[in-house]
Amino acid sequence: MSAVDHAEAHHHDGPEPGLLRWVFTTNHKDIGTLYLLFSLLMFFVGGAMALIIRAELFQPGMQLVDPYFFNEMTTLHGLVMIFGAIMPGFVGLANWQVPMMLGAPDMALPRLNNWSFWLLPFAFTLLLSTLFMPGGGPAGGWTMYPPLMLETGQAFPFVIFAVHLMGMSSILGAINIIATIFNMRAPGLTLMMMPMFVWTWLITAFLLIAAMPVLAGAVTMLLTDQYFGTHFFNAAGGGDPVMYQHIFWFFGHPEVYIMILPAFGIISQIIPTFARKPLFGYASMVYATASIAFLSFIVWAHHMFTVGMPLAGELFFMYATMLIAVPTGVKVFNWVATMWQGAMTFETPMLFALAFVILFSIGGFSGLMLAIASVDFQYQDGYFVVAHFHYVLVTGAAFAIIAAAYYWLPKWTGNMYDEQLGKLHFWLSLVSVNVLYFPQHFVGLAGMPRRIPDYAVQFTEWNMVSTVGAFVFGFSQLIFAWIVIKAIRGGVKAEGRSWEGAHGMEWELPSPAPYHSFQTPPDISKVMASGDAHS
Amino acid sequence: MKWDKRLVAVTSGLTGGLALAATPAWAGLGELNLPYGVTSIAHMNYDLNMLVLWITIFIGIIVFGAMGYSMYHHRKSQGATAAQFHHNTTIEIVWTVIPLLILVGMAIAATRGLVLMYDTDNADMDIKVTGYQWQWRYDYLGEGVSFYSKLDEQSNQARELGSSLQPERVDNYLRNVDKPLVVPINTKIRFLITAEDVIHAWWVPEFGWKMDAIPGFVNKAWAKIEQPGVYRGQCAELCGRDHAFMPIVVIAKTPEEYKKWLAEEKKRQGAAEGAEQAAAEPSPAVDVAQTQS
Ligand code: HEM
Ligand SMILES: [Cu+2]
Ligand SMILES: [Cu+2]
Repeated sequence: MSAVDHAEAHHHDGPEPGLLRWVFTTNHKDIGTLYLLFSLLMFFVGGAMALIIRAELFQPGMQLVDPYFFNEMTTLHGLVMIFGAIMPGFVGLANWQVPMMLGAPDMALPRLNNWSFWLLPFAFTLLLSTLFMPGGGPAGGWTMYPPLMLETGQAFPFVIFAVHLMGMSSILGAINIIATIFNMRAPGLTLMMMPMFVWTWLITAFLLIAAMPVLAGAVTMLLTDQYFGTHFFNAAGGGDPVMYQHIFWFFGHPEVYIMILPAFGIISQIIPTFARKPLFGYASMVYATASIAFLSFIVWAHHMFTVGMPLAGELFFMYATMLIAVPTGVKVFNWVATMWQGAMTFETPMLFALAFVILFSIGGFSGLMLAIASVDFQYQDGYFVVAHFHYVLVTGAAFAIIAAAYYWLPKWTGNMYDEQLGKLHFWLSLVSVNVLYFPQHFVGLAGMPRRIPDYAVQFTEWNMVSTVGAFVFGFSQLIFAWIVIKAIRGGVKAEGRSWEGAHGMEWELPSPAPYHSFQTPPDISKVMASGDAHS
Repeated sequence: MKWDKRLVAVTSGLTGGLALAATPAWAGLGELNLPYGVTSIAHMNYDLNMLVLWITIFIGIIVFGAMGYSMYHHRKSQGATAAQFHHNTTIEIVWTVIPLLILVGMAIAATRGLVLMYDTDNADMDIKVTGYQWQWRYDYLGEGVSFYSKLDEQSNQARELGSSLQPERVDNYLRNVDKPLVVPINTKIRFLITAEDVIHAWWVPEFGWKMDAIPGFVNKAWAKIEQPGVYRGQCAELCGRDHAFMPIVVIAKTPEEYKKWLAEEKKRQGAAEGAEQAAAEPSPAVDVAQTQS
């Protein structure tokens, strides 16, 4: 059951009846729903793996799993969360929101849209099935460094093929978003009038198109090294294992910004709404996003400070990385300035957005520490890094996706979600996520490496704390799933403009939004007069 | 509002309480920061770590303070009405330029740090470190002394799934080896680090760095240890099933004691001719090292 079923009653051109609708659909809302539900499912699959990891790490000694299985869990947890939960979550949001925010009826390339989603279930079935293959699944980390990755058993080619499928899906989705933004804007809607969410997604889509083929290339070279006698990464054959790391991180660092730029966009939508005040520094937000995107291509080797790069290389990548902190800081300052002298209320989307600003900044701070190359010789491959990227990815990217879901659920379903439960979900998540990740800074600094199933006894206490936080956090997310289901099934009817301070074209539509969003383009000058324009 | 506050109290109480209840011993709670260490590199990295940490805390106080102030005073429930300003070029320039200046300061300090780390010339002795799945091999270049170093027997027993030997009852669980590396203090030691199979990383936090051990390549790093003692670390790069179980133990002795140890070790290894050989044909590792920057 979904939002669009309600729309059916009001619109003659609703969806096809029956389950096949979901297989053949070319509708941006149906596909958005598929992406979001897939993302939620993967969030729980990856979460279950994380809980296995945390359970084993509750105390020193091996209690639950074999070390190899532990390594499979860390590897698959990373791949599932990045490619299965965060990225499809953002693509789902783009599918739902971009056409509505542009005053368009649908995405520009609807059939491609269908295909880019339906690649994903196959990709992840393939990936997860490797757990049951002879020799086990991949266990070399989500970064898949050779030569270790080449020790994978029969699962090896299946993992590579799954990564190829994910990459294809992302590239097709990105092409579609770019085509939509460039071609489907309502007449009169210039680029510099677009909502920040659309802007950040436009830039993200270019990052995807530039970065994903590089990953495909890297894993294909692994494949040929394994089966076709090439020696790209084999020193004995004149290759270089470090070259893989350069190629991988040339994809990998833009990838981390692929996972945060749309989040920046979401937060830039939510804070003005609940502060009842226009976004501060719209133009500088656009430029900051663009400069982050550009810089993200020249900092990759900060993931490789300890591989033995020449001094000049270390210095270059250190300076470039530190530079990223400037536009990132501009973003945070702009959000705070947006709140300043606003008239704030604290509904669940706003609570998650505010938590995002603080906790993402903490992740940015540890990022700045990691950027100091000489100290990174201590931090690298330790739990401090793990704490860093979970602050930016969980309390950053995932919190933003959750905030977006609360923010737009009324528009999607036509029903308000349960605010009391939403607050409960927020407070439980906020406290537990910090209990989970903050201590990881400590054990990391004190010398605990990442990707280990067992550790020296001095790390016990903080690992226990972290594990407790993990279980509370994990189970709290079931509340979220329940809230979503509840809102789909009914609740207080939402108005077209579901939030008092909401501006933007999606709020001009009734809730739930009609199946084909805008069948005639809206009059931009009228929408602008209602305060929905920027700059 | 009250309802929210009660929730915070309950959830934080519950989670925090559970977390602490799960904590039998308290010693580990003090393990919060980088070690100050026993080499100039470690001290420098500790200081840089603190410098940047304090800068970020300072920025955090300003940003989160402004945010908290706004969240408290600019609430609709307090009767706030929203201003409608949406940019201010002056302040936008200010908060771009000031962070930039802070970063330049940090960059200067950090550059000095890196230059110090990369100064591997004029070493008094060379030790070649080779990573294997899952143990280390140490070669005292020019001395003809070499040996493997792997997880000690007790830890190895205790780490088995469902082992009856509790980790808490093992001395330095997972941080102990059968044969530690022995080195002199106040001596500039150059480590030539490589691997035989997959990538490993040699990390002793008290020395202030880790360095990747990459098959086919030799990386250089150095340490001049200030105090005698036992320094423990472990492999830091995922290297397969037993990655967590390849510790590093370094015993630093006074140069005199070290010489004694080395002499005994040489005798034990019957390496008198070995040393001659090593002198006649320089170790290949040193040649490869020259290709790395
Ligand atoms: C101020 C901005 C940031 C800076 C300066 C920064 C810096 C760094 C550095 C230097 C590392 C490498 C640490 C190491 O391995 O030793 C790192 C790792 C990482 N960062 Fe960031 N970062 C920033 C923001 C972000 C954001 C926004 C994300 C994603 C949303 C992110 C995700 C990651 C991830 C996933 C890793 C670890 C990858 C891995 O090794 O598996 N970072 N960061
Ligand atoms: Cu990066
Ligand atoms: Cu290892």
